[in-house]
Amino acid sequence: MPTKPDIDATPAKERSATVLDLDDLAVHFQLQGNALSRVLGLRGRVVKAVDGVSLSLARGEVLGVVGESGSGKTTLGRALLGLAPTSSGSITYHSADRGRRVVSEMRGAELRELRTDLQMVFQDPHAALNPSMTIEEAVGHPLVIHKIAKGADLKRRVEASLERVGLSPTERFMTKFPSDLSGGQKQRAVIARAIILDPEVLVADEPVSMLDMSVRAKILQLMLDLKNDLGLTYVYITHDLASAKYFCDRIAIMYLGRIVEIGPTEEIFAQPRHPYTKALLAAIPEPDPEKMVPRNLPRGEIPDAADPPLGCSFHPRCPEAVAGCGWESRDLRTLVEEHWTRTDTAYDEEQRVLGDLGRLDKPSTTAALGSGGSQAVRGILDGIRAEDTTEPLWSGVTSIEDSASGVTVHFQPAEPPALRRAGGVDVACVLYPDDGTPAD
Amino acid sequence: MSELRDAGAPVIEGPVFEAVDLRVWYATDRGPVRAVDGVSFSVRRGEILGLVGESGCGKSTLGRGLIGLLPEGSGRDGELRFQGRDMLALTGREQRALRGSDLGMIFQEPLTRLNPLMRISEHFEETLKIHEPGLSKAETEARALAILRVMGIPPTRYRAYPHEFSGGMRQRLMIALALVLRPAFVVADEPTTALDVLVEAQIIRILHDLRSEFDTALLLITHNLGIIAEACDRVAVMYAGEIVEIGDAKAVFSNPKHPYTRELLRSTISLSTTGLNYIDGAPPDLVEPPSGCHFHPRCPDAMAVCAQRHPVDRDHGEGHRAACWATDVADGLQLDASERAPLEREEIAVADEA
Repeated sequence: MPTKPDIDATPAKERSATVLDLDDLAVHFQLQGNALSRVLGLRGRVVKAVDGVSLSLARGEVLGVVGESGSGKTTLGRALLGLAPTSSGSITYHSADRGRRVVSEMRGAELRELRTDLQMVFQDPHAALNPSMTIEEAVGHPLVIHKIAKGADLKRRVEASLERVGLSPTERFMTKFPSDLSGGQKQRAVIARAIILDPEVLVADEPVSMLDMSVRAKILQLMLDLKNDLGLTYVYITHDLASAKYFCDRIAIMYLGRIVEIGPTEEIFAQPRHPYTKALLAAIPEPDPEKMVPRNLPRGEIPDAADPPLGCSFHPRCPEAVAGCGWESRDLRTLVEEHWTRTDTAYDEEQRVLGDLGRLDKPSTTAALGSGGSQAVRGILDGIRAEDTTEPLWSGVTSIEDSASGVTVHFQPAEPPALRRAGGVDVACVLYPDDGTPAD
Repeated sequence: MSELRDAGAPVIEGPVFEAVDLRVWYATDRGPVRAVDGVSFSVRRGEILGLVGESGCGKSTLGRGLIGLLPEGSGRDGELRFQGRDMLALTGREQRALRGSDLGMIFQEPLTRLNPLMRISEHFEETLKIHEPGLSKAETEARALAILRVMGIPPTRYRAYPHEFSGGMRQRLMIALALVLRPAFVVADEPTTALDVLVEAQIIRILHDLRSEFDTALLLITHNLGIIAEACDRVAVMYAGEIVEIGDAKAVFSNPKHPYTRELLRSTISLSTTGLNYIDGAPPDLVEPPSGCHFHPRCPDAMAVCAQRHPVDRDHGEGHRAACWATDVADGLQLDASERAPLEREEIAVADEA
């Protein structure tokens, strides 16, 4: 096995500018259905954790992948290392030494070998280290697994790696167990383990979110130093836009398995375009007492990825939604229920007239509603509409027809918006139709 | 609704809760851990006091100690008064009677605090039955639905089970369950830590708006200075079992009097961060805290006196208090040249950190 270049050597070799290429990558997970559906051979529901992501990672860049829990950012990071199965699309790794290799087609031994080039730093340092392994064993383990070093050479390399991450004097830490170390020290050990194989790409999944404020900056600084010293390329996965702003060259904002906005960090922060990006920015609690509690917040929470909203998946929460966002039956249910949080006198009567709202739970652009006659139902809907005439759902209603027991509401159907160029970034939002702006 | 009052200026009265030189310790094999080491503060009606500090500084212990939710093998000492009553003189039974109806608690992990086998309606019925036994079933439901509406949970979900709610909704349920008894004082221990940033902002807004709808005083425990800045009237900064600085949130953030507060603010990564700062070293072992000022081994301003004598808690105007020798010297306190000399100390290794 050829030994890797010494970690002090500067990476001056001619290399392709792109290190990772994702083309329409999808990672879908099949959910286990109930017993009956298994007997009948029906397929369970599918969670589209990553659903059509295309991007390329330039050598030496820090790409931030930002989103809430459930946005698919961690799955995306794991897929890069072959830790999550690719359902469709491809991941191509342009190795500095061995040229083009397709990660999404690799299996077993090939994948293990790939991880000498691609490594991961996990969120929880307490869980990422084996509690029964000393730090020396844990940090040196990758070298043993890949049969790269043993004996004195192994020890020398472990020492060098520990020193690099600031765990020095190394003899103080080599014999320690993870439980003897503080959170920051454990994360340093995890990073030491990740860099000991001299990888090209480091996928860091929330590397500082479990740490105390006073330590976060230290670990981020360490990662920046390592990047400069070792010529690393980072994928920095986080929910924290503030640290991404400081740390990343480019940022991809993810929502329900898709990238909704991607571009250079300065551009994203100077002029956030996607309403989700704007909301994330506004919601960061800033240590500035002059800033008030944000008021115009998106309602609700990230929806079930097994049943994403029709059209743009952010539309039910979007403060800037318009007619063409993909309004549907479930939005009507949310609207009626929200109305009931504002009234306590009319609830019983209105619930009787509208009947079982469960009928609205099946995603559809046609929503049948009511059991107490069309006039009464229309009256309630008009009342809700009058409460907030700016509610964008109504703009997506194409017609309301009378039916036997109530009404049928028809919504304007819509496709999920694709990523389109807008200024210096790419945005997936109907508010930014393709304007033909060339890249900066 | 009787628990709602007209939105208007917050009522300023005497303190709802008052602690004087409060100490809380845990027994360990190595001796007592002084988790709370002589803190004094008060909380007024309708006020939100933020309590901020790193992990292990004693902030959760303080919060639990205030309402008497401490584990076996712990002790409390000092003075603790709730609406004028001496909390430390109460029997266990009397304290239990206060908890729930007068003293509430909101925990970090809402899912672990809700019974997965009980409907939301049953949670409310149980709570109200225990603390307000005279209530009829209809009154119980009306009370519960009213508070759920305030929290933005529609009445259609009243008979749902906890697992049918999202994380943010569960935290709203927890807040509703704490507030349905109209307690005068609530401790919220990291109520948003497990939540996403957008949902966190929603919950902070709910907590912030409590004072305009309820008379509840709130102690909001968090490690996030941003949350303090947005939601709290006053802030107490805790380090190694002590409150090192307390005051109006605006004053403390714009003009911190304690080096720990200043460094904590500097090390917070925010949208305006242009360089990375951090505090060297790690919080001390609370079995044997450092001599003098507990922060002196990590303090960039430390002088010789800081390692020898505990600084005096001093008022800097309008209730802005801090305990720091360096601030006192800057304000004109006369010390010997030997006491004023920069502290000589061992080099702190890079990895000596929390």
